[in-house]
Amino acid sequence: MDFLNAIILLLNYIFVPALTYGSQLALGAIFVTLIYGILRFANFATGDMMAFGTMVTILITWYFQSIGISLGVLPTAILAIPFAIIFMIGYMLFVDKFVFKYYRINKSPPVQLAMVSIGVMFVTQAVVRIIIGPADRRFFDGEKFIIKAGEFKEMTGLNEGLAIKSSQAITVFVTLVLVSILFWFLNKTKTGKSMRAYSDNEDLALLSGIDPKRVVMITWIIAGILATIGGALYGLDKSFKPFTYFNNMLPIFAAAIVGGIGNPFGAFLGGYVIAFSEIFITYAYKKFFMYILPESMEPETLVQLLSTDYKFAVSFSILVIVLLYRPNGIFKGKVL
Amino acid sequence: MRKNLNIILAYAIMMGLIILVGIFQSWNVALSIFNMCLISAVMTMGANVQWGYAGLINFGLMGYAALGGLAAVLISVNPVEEAWRAGGFDILMCLWLIIAMIFIIRFILKHFEKTKIRTYGIAGIIIAGIVIIRITSESGIEAIEAVNPATTGFLGGLGLPIVFSWIVGAFFAAGLAFIVGKVALGLRADYLAIATLLISEIVIAIIKHEDWLARGVKNVIGLDRPVPYEVNLQTTEWFINLVAKFNSGKLELISNIADKQAALNQLVIEGSSVFVKLCYSGLFLIVVIALLIVTQKALYSPWGRMMRAIRDNEEAANAMGKNVVKQHLLIFILGSAIVGIAGAMLVTQDGLFTPGSYRPMRYTFLIWVMVIVGGSGNNFGAILGGFAVWFLWIEAAPISLFLINLFTMGLPETHELKVHLTESVPYFRYLMMGMGLLLIMRYRPKGILPEKIEIK
Repeated sequence: MDFLNAIILLLNYIFVPALTYGSQLALGAIFVTLIYGILRFANFATGDMMAFGTMVTILITWYFQSIGISLGVLPTAILAIPFAIIFMIGYMLFVDKFVFKYYRINKSPPVQLAMVSIGVMFVTQAVVRIIIGPADRRFFDGEKFIIKAGEFKEMTGLNEGLAIKSSQAITVFVTLVLVSILFWFLNKTKTGKSMRAYSDNEDLALLSGIDPKRVVMITWIIAGILATIGGALYGLDKSFKPFTYFNNMLPIFAAAIVGGIGNPFGAFLGGYVIAFSEIFITYAYKKFFMYILPESMEPETLVQLLSTDYKFAVSFSILVIVLLYRPNGIFKGKVL
Repeated sequence: MRKNLNIILAYAIMMGLIILVGIFQSWNVALSIFNMCLISAVMTMGANVQWGYAGLINFGLMGYAALGGLAAVLISVNPVEEAWRAGGFDILMCLWLIIAMIFIIRFILKHFEKTKIRTYGIAGIIIAGIVIIRITSESGIEAIEAVNPATTGFLGGLGLPIVFSWIVGAFFAAGLAFIVGKVALGLRADYLAIATLLISEIVIAIIKHEDWLARGVKNVIGLDRPVPYEVNLQTTEWFINLVAKFNSGKLELISNIADKQAALNQLVIEGSSVFVKLCYSGLFLIVVIALLIVTQKALYSPWGRMMRAIRDNEEAANAMGKNVVKQHLLIFILGSAIVGIAGAMLVTQDGLFTPGSYRPMRYTFLIWVMVIVGGSGNNFGAILGGFAVWFLWIEAAPISLFLINLFTMGLPETHELKVHLTESVPYFRYLMMGMGLLLIMRYRPKGILPEKIEIK
């Protein structure tokens, strides 16, 4: 019984939150990695583009709520996301046409494009804050929990409860579906293959008749979808605050690089690597040990490797270690 | 003279703008903008040394500035003896443990072949070391933080004049830069940017959460100043006489003695804060000019030529027998040290150290905007960028308010759009910075004052 309790404890406090957080990071990391692989620059505007997509989702959600449309037990935002995606794709293509295209055609060095993306970051951030303000916003409606901790305890008779929020379930489900479609697209369709070829070797791809304009456009469209869904899921699960989104850029970068930048599958797993290690290392295991160890050996301290203040620092340290020992990332990406 | 015309013109316009602020807003505001411009200029010089001279991209400026600020605290605050008695021993023990760990790892690195076992061994030593350090330090840290937590709760500093910290801050930043450089300099440019950004976040996290060191997010306030305090000045004989002398024309117009005294008092209060700011300006100007002379000399020395050669073509420079790795590390350390000086200067001016305020937006990306806008590779350009961008950063709010009022003139005062826009005025500065950066990158990619190398 104690052993089961310990397992449930870990599931509730580590596994479920990490899986959710990892899914959110994974979407962002695939976004970064796609831009890096195909357009060949580090996009510092990632976090703010996600915030922009989320903002549009929120605005449409509010509109739907005001005219009385809802999805019952599911959050209204799910209905708003497709519209937000269309808007976001427009925004991405607009930014590309007026900002990034010039440098791509001039074959500017990647550093210059990264600098330009910082300009885009500033502008996007300003637009988001001007339109919706810097405050913390929650836009989740519908049924909050799938299983409540109390109900779970009653059901199983255990001491520890397992709570699963519906936002967590939605996050994991949507991520898995989206990522499966994306990988199917990249690996099986002609367009996807041409994108991979373009990422692999630009000149060779051009020689074999791949239209670079089309590849770039599709990349931005996928980026728009990923940014909106990734941002909206994060906002549904936690809350929407522009500053948090900007900060999330850092673990997202860490996830993309740890997974091997330019490699979407690596980025996907990288998100979970970062999320799980952040939570594993900063969790206080005292209660866990109280369950599995005999009473005489119970720990007195919190048994925490690092305090939760260092949550971000953990993922950055992992990144530094990976850069030192496997500069291509865990799943071989482009050579740095 | 003629070839420097655009430099002189650009600086004259900048000074003119600041003087205009002095006339139309107040001299207090103008001088505080000027002081921050000087500090920003030091930071941009640091970034320019790395980016403009050597092409190294360092997004970790925030971390070095914070270390400079930490130095200001550790130098100027009086030691808290009680805290030292309570937990000083444990902290010193930890310091020794860290040093021992570094030596052991160095020893292993030197004397063993590179194998998997070595790598795992080192990882094991580091993890074991962290665990041991946590166990040894725990009680000490708790004891230190329990000492009068409302006002101290940390070890304190050395109690020396705060100006020393400008040098110490440079050394702190240089030390960090050495470590970061060893780890990250081999990476490709945009990876270096991400890696340095993330490492600086780690540094900030440590400063924020290690309360025994500098009180963390509880902030250290009331640091000693290198210049007189306003309150003291207001009661000093010579200062009152000085103010009276400066404003004699204005004061003579007032016939009533009581009124005259009241007017004088008001002037003294205003004058004292202007005087204090002027003192800071003087100190900062010395630093800026000294750094400018040194960096200009370096730029035109054979060393500067070599750095440019490395920047422009690494392989060719390497083939010429220049040690690229070593020079990169050197210039990374030098540039970071300059940023450290700026960080210490900033804390000196504010008189407080607030680790929570170190955010990448303000201390990394804004500084980079300054360098790019001003002109990388050109010290005068970098300084001008610091001035122009900081000026815009501060004056963006009034400018955008003016523009909003202009464009929504037809709307009534209570119109929703107008109220909303007026409320979000603070964020228009981000918009201006972004647009400025994008426009400069597109139409004048070398900055306002581009790099110009004369062969003498």
